[in-house]
Amino acid sequence: MGRTLSEKVWDEHVVRTAEGEPDLLYVDLHLIHEVTSPQAFEGLRLAGRRVRRPDLTLATEDHNVPTLDVDKPIADPVSRTQVETLRKNAAEFGVRLHPLGDVEQGIVHVVGPQLGLTQPGMTIVCGDSHTSTHGAFGAIAFGIGTSEVEHVLATQTLPQARPRTMAVTVNGSLPAGVTAKDLVLTLIAHTGTGGGQGYIVEYRGQAIEELSMEARMTICNMSIEWGAKAGMIAPDQTTFDYIEGRPEAPKGEAWDAAVEHWKSLRTDDDATFDREIVLDASTMTPFVTWGTNPGQGVPLGAAVPGPADFEDEGDKVAAEKALEYMGLDAGTPMRDIQVDTVFVGSCTNGRIEDLRAAAEVIKGRHVADGTRLLVVPGSVRVRLQAEDEGLDVVFKEAGGEWRGAGCSMCLGMNPDQLAPQERSASTSNRNFEGRQGKGGRTHLVSPLVAAATAVTGTLASPDDLPPLA
Amino acid sequence: MEKFTRHVGTGLPLRRSNVDTDQIIPAVYLKRVTRTGFEDGLFGAWRNDPEFVLNRPEHQGVSVLVAGPDFGTGSSREHAVWALMDYGFKVVISSRFADIFRGNSGKAGLVAAQVTQDVVEQLWKQIEADPTTEIVVDLEARTIQAAAITAPFQIDDYTRWRLLEGLDDIGITLSHEADIDVFESTRPDWKPATL
Repeated sequence: MGRTLSEKVWDEHVVRTAEGEPDLLYVDLHLIHEVTSPQAFEGLRLAGRRVRRPDLTLATEDHNVPTLDVDKPIADPVSRTQVETLRKNAAEFGVRLHPLGDVEQGIVHVVGPQLGLTQPGMTIVCGDSHTSTHGAFGAIAFGIGTSEVEHVLATQTLPQARPRTMAVTVNGSLPAGVTAKDLVLTLIAHTGTGGGQGYIVEYRGQAIEELSMEARMTICNMSIEWGAKAGMIAPDQTTFDYIEGRPEAPKGEAWDAAVEHWKSLRTDDDATFDREIVLDASTMTPFVTWGTNPGQGVPLGAAVPGPADFEDEGDKVAAEKALEYMGLDAGTPMRDIQVDTVFVGSCTNGRIEDLRAAAEVIKGRHVADGTRLLVVPGSVRVRLQAEDEGLDVVFKEAGGEWRGAGCSMCLGMNPDQLAPQERSASTSNRNFEGRQGKGGRTHLVSPLVAAATAVTGTLASPDDLPPLA
Repeated sequence: MEKFTRHVGTGLPLRRSNVDTDQIIPAVYLKRVTRTGFEDGLFGAWRNDPEFVLNRPEHQGVSVLVAGPDFGTGSSREHAVWALMDYGFKVVISSRFADIFRGNSGKAGLVAAQVTQDVVEQLWKQIEADPTTEIVVDLEARTIQAAAITAPFQIDDYTRWRLLEGLDDIGITLSHEADIDVFESTRPDWKPATL
């Protein structure tokens, strides 16, 4: 019988298999950042262990680094200590690090692909749940905890139970103005935050094939928000074109050999999935969240739901708590919700294509009075590219703030945070309570909705804006 | 890791679903470089509310958390497990755990015991009726017992074995180092390297 994409990649990485034990899986690339690695390196030190494969390991600083005054020492002493600890560990264990100020610094899930390190058929792990991003290239990529970070550092492997397989088939084409972010938010509202638990998901179908690599990364990035172990998309010409010529991509004969192998990484026609979900992209619209988990979303044209709209008792309670936290009344049209801050960035939507989309909407317009627009490129390279294209000027002329690269307000570990009760429209991935700052209220949106919202001050899509004179 | 065979303690009824790891420990506490001392960050935002269940006088000294479905979603931060353990929790009971949280629990020595939502409801009622109820979690037998409630729980065989034996995962894997060496010798040349 045929095999699915994920089964093929999994099988290629099994070091050891034994009855009653999880498979021992080889890790092709281990990405590291400052927040989830210090205790892992300390564990190695205490046990007198080395990093088995520093040449398959890459570190960058992203989670708690500032996006202003990046040439000065980090003001917060606790953040500074953590970043310095990473630098010390990288030097001691011989791991390549792209620190703050380096041209390759940025969010770890933006840096891997842009360097060409993320390639089809690989296994990629990182102590960060959004590692699922790299699945867009046809890699098995998932987030791990710090104990597992230590395990990978010491052994370059992980014991892993083989997950079940799921296909999410998205037929049709996305209408104009509807993005990969809207697609994945629609999916998560459909499945709930736990719908993918235990599965490696393959996204497939016409709508997925038509997406750029950046958009595919947005989809795979949010696999974790519906609980999936990992999300993957079969590599195709779009994938190969994105990788070719990047600094760490194979060259010459190695490239030909790699592409030949990558072309075999497709689900066989006679393979079966343990579960399948089918969606129609052509009926999708801009989609936004109203609650405190990514599954609590509705079309932008809808109203805030209330507990009565849910059948399940748990969902009713969750809706009630979410509305209270979000300061919203059931029945309020989503478009009437006023927003204080618009955040464009993160590993979900902080790549060049996202900034281009937002800039195109903002160009020639102005940020609404009382609204703040914060644009944080996903990496220094993205920032430089955007500046080359004049996007920074577009944002600044509209009244937005143009910042250095990092995770920033996605998780509020650095100074970029919401104040209590402050409301954001955010291109990031999590609307959890307090995620962007204690008491802050988050609506997850696409870059297009973010930009339009910055202009109107209320949740909006570009179609809501008056035409430019 | 300490061996875990059986635990007896009182329970905390957390009547919430989708308790994400940002709620278990907010990001601000993640800047530390130590592995212990995270108890102050546990449910950091919710604990500001004096009525939050963990603040109630009748629930002091608890060691078994009974939570709604989809516990531990979101961020991979193992700090969530450390914060629970540092506070004194030995077991979390829920009808559904997020994969990464479940994995982190098994590595760090916290038992993530999966039961049906019906059992969760029964436990909530029992604990609320009598907060001093002793909950017995038997990993050997994979059962939970509290007052008149007796229920099986799910945990995968391998994690159970490691917890019962208190085994270090890395040590186990390094005993298979020869297999890793063989595997590495067969990797294609065109796979990327960072150095």
